[in-house]
Amino acid sequence: MQQVKPLDHLVLILGALFMALPVIVALMSSTHAAIEIHSNGLYLTPGGDGVETYNKVLTARGGFTGDVTGLLMLGNSMIMGIGFAVGKIVLSMTAAYALVYFRFRFATLIFWAIFTTLLLPLEVRIMPSYQVMSTLGLLNSYTGLIVPLLASATGTFFFRQFFKSVPDELLEAARIDGAGPWKFFVDVLVPLSRTMMAAIFIIMFIYGWNQYLWPLIMTTDESFYTLMRGIKSILQVWVGSQIPDYNEAFALAVLAMIPPIIVVVVFQRMFIKGLTESDK
Amino acid sequence: MTLTHPSVSVPRRPFARLMRGLAAIGASEPQKRVQFDRPLTPWLFLAPQLAVVVIFFYWPSVEAVLSSFYIEDPFGFGATFVGMENYSDALTNARYQATAAFTAFFCVVVTALSLGIGLLLAVKADKVIRGAGPYKTVLISVYAIAPPVAGLIGMMIFDQHIGPITELFAFFGHDLRVGVNYWDTAIAVITISVWKQIPYNFIFFLSGLQTVPVSVREAALIDARSGWRRFRDIVLPLLAPTAFFLLIINITYAMFDTFAIFDVVVKDKPANNPMTLVYKVYLDGFKGNDIGGSSAQSVILMVVVAALTVVQFRFLERRVHYG
Amino acid sequence: MATVTLSNVGKTYAGGVDAVRGVDVEIKDGEFVVLVGPSGCGKSTMLRMVAGLEDVTRGEVRIGDRVVNTLDPADRDIAMVFQNYALYPHMSVRDNMAYGLKNRRTPKDEITRRVDEAARMLELAPYLDRKPRALSGGQRQRVAMGRAIVRQPSAFLFDEPLSNLDAKLRVSMRGEIRRLQKRLATTSLYVTHDQLEAMTLADRLIVLRDGAVEQVGAPLEVYRRPASAFVAAFIGSPAMTLLDARVSDGQALVGDHVVAPAAVPAGEVTLGLRPEDLRITRDGPLPMRVDYIEELGAQRIVHGFVDGQKIAVTETGAESLPADLRLSVDPGALHLFDVKTGRRLPQTVTRPEAVPA
Repeated sequence: MQQVKPLDHLVLILGALFMALPVIVALMSSTHAAIEIHSNGLYLTPGGDGVETYNKVLTARGGFTGDVTGLLMLGNSMIMGIGFAVGKIVLSMTAAYALVYFRFRFATLIFWAIFTTLLLPLEVRIMPSYQVMSTLGLLNSYTGLIVPLLASATGTFFFRQFFKSVPDELLEAARIDGAGPWKFFVDVLVPLSRTMMAAIFIIMFIYGWNQYLWPLIMTTDESFYTLMRGIKSILQVWVGSQIPDYNEAFALAVLAMIPPIIVVVVFQRMFIKGLTESDK
Repeated sequence: MTLTHPSVSVPRRPFARLMRGLAAIGASEPQKRVQFDRPLTPWLFLAPQLAVVVIFFYWPSVEAVLSSFYIEDPFGFGATFVGMENYSDALTNARYQATAAFTAFFCVVVTALSLGIGLLLAVKADKVIRGAGPYKTVLISVYAIAPPVAGLIGMMIFDQHIGPITELFAFFGHDLRVGVNYWDTAIAVITISVWKQIPYNFIFFLSGLQTVPVSVREAALIDARSGWRRFRDIVLPLLAPTAFFLLIINITYAMFDTFAIFDVVVKDKPANNPMTLVYKVYLDGFKGNDIGGSSAQSVILMVVVAALTVVQFRFLERRVHYG
Repeated sequence: MATVTLSNVGKTYAGGVDAVRGVDVEIKDGEFVVLVGPSGCGKSTMLRMVAGLEDVTRGEVRIGDRVVNTLDPADRDIAMVFQNYALYPHMSVRDNMAYGLKNRRTPKDEITRRVDEAARMLELAPYLDRKPRALSGGQRQRVAMGRAIVRQPSAFLFDEPLSNLDAKLRVSMRGEIRRLQKRLATTSLYVTHDQLEAMTLADRLIVLRDGAVEQVGAPLEVYRRPASAFVAAFIGSPAMTLLDARVSDGQALVGDHVVAPAAVPAGEVTLGLRPEDLRITRDGPLPMRVDYIEELGAQRIVHGFVDGQKIAVTETGAESLPADLRLSVDPGALHLFDVKTGRRLPQTVTRPEAVPA
């Protein structure tokens, strides 16, 4: 019944432009040569050097970081995103299962021990975390990149909420049907959680892919560099150069943002559901 | 709750609130009627998570607290116990105070702007419903972009030579020097941080708006003529829970998740640039090798975050109960 | 098939609440027993103790000749039908029914045979490959029953299985459950708060109140001779009217009005009158002031007051009624209860003939 006023669309269009223009600028400018950008500024139209630039960024060793190609960093980012998402789902589902479906001694204590991790983000304990990793010899390893990030209990909290919403009678029926703890988990709970797992996967993949600080301090060996780490490197090379490689920097930015954008756009509905229901 | 004299209760309060908050989520929901009763199995299910939490959360956290009481020899030959000295040094340091002040300012501005713009866009998108799809997709795309990528793109746009915004400022007679001039850098960092956070607020506000029942909207249409009144008197109060939740999230975002944006824009050259407390923890620890001081700052931040999170839990618990 | 025996069974929850106190019940082989009572009376707790979903605090639960107190639900050889069906949402109808058998390592062809048979019996054959969410409420309930049937258990346990269905479906499912149980002759324990469901289904009723058995008996027996004012008010619809009355000189009186002879000691009593036992007559002893009338088609319920106390009468007339009526009642239709304990007072007057249904 409410009328749509042109003003509403105008505000939305301005908002969308404000949000989208920087992305478009990055995409378009990455297809121009550095010298063009240097003399003409940023571009809103495609240029002719895209293939060459992306080819160089993806495959040339030492394009800017010395010993690593964009393709390798893309692969590492993928490992980081998928590894983190999978690890998060496995750890948090099993832990939440134990917390919700079992009666055991110290359950309250364990509950607190796990959920206290929600209080302190990694950033505030970054220094000692680094020292622990170095003590354990986990610097420059995928384990070191991924596992410590799993320490936060966000996923556990979410699955706990979800398990609590599963009707009690389902477990009761399963017990009468002769299912023990493992069978119930595998046969009933896991298949029941499929949608939730997918939503969490999307969110956690993006979270893992987008990690910056942790890879920054954890990896000195370039073969473990992720795209985010690459961004830091390209900016360090920048200092002192006459004409910085604007195009390559943009190309790297585009590479770093395309996969997560594709994921959220394709799985938009599931993503929004997962986000708005898990973060509560 | 009993009232205590503020000056007496201040040091103990964050902890008490933390415990209350955790107790609230622990006790708020009833347990399953039937649970498995096995001595060993739950521990098997818990083992991976517990191992990760103990090794990568508790160990470093305890380390942080411990090393905040020591001054480490710069060459690695042991450490000297100094008690609260690191804390008093940090808190009385002018640079630290300036950083704390900027962090507070930064949090307020980023939160206000990204909440405000997010709400405005969500309200408009909710109004046009039919055509909202494309706008939604655009905004959600930006959510997926990592803060360092946002920082990189932002830096180009604010670049000395090629940045269009620099040209815009030049047109108005201001020579924008991001990375050199304190407030110019602040403008860039705030703009980028706000840009990055708008989608998140938009998504939550929009889903909040869409849960306002049609019948309530229709009742409002009958009761109030002016659209603004309807919004202020009916929709906004119904959005209040979402807004409060977002407020906390946005403050946390401004304090921590903007790390990468600062790192990309400031590029390890803190000289005359603004920064947040968490960035200072990193700089002092990794670049300045002041482990004790960095740890003390970490612990101070931990207390701040813990308090924020507990507020969030208390709120969350209320929301669980009263819809 | 087996008997189910509860001997002095009690349940105390952590926190000291006594949900069930000293219940003694024996369900005979093939019998259909309904546990009925208001919410919170402990009927579900009792059922769940038989199922093994709830620990037994005191006493002994036997199924067949085994004491099952500490046995796992799966080992008790029972099957249960839940109020909200509790179907596994991700499994097809067939898999839902087969899951329990698979876990017991029943041979594949045997599973198929039993599932197909149950599906035929419940008219579910066309839906075997569907997921529960593609079924209607009545169909889901039938799947839940199918899941119980294929197990061929010693006993069926029903926990308010019809409460989530609409009124019409409830009536037809009621008949179906009754027919199935007769055909399979499986010992059944059925929990409901709906007295009509209890009356129509049961071979025997157990009326529970505050965790204790108030009365056990065949439905008509409970209806005709309620053991207490509580049972009297709970069983029967419209509910029995309970009036503050007294007995003196062998007569029951409400206020100053003599109702009928009553062979109990003189004193205060609670007088129970079923609406269907009262008759509107020109010169009945009880004056009634009409409040309002509910027309039900086949009959109507006249609500009003006798001596300031609420009363209801059913009758089949269609003509309009005056504001003041007189009621009469057969002496045999009087139910007299102790004012303090609520228990039925033994009467020496014998009931003449069957009460109209």
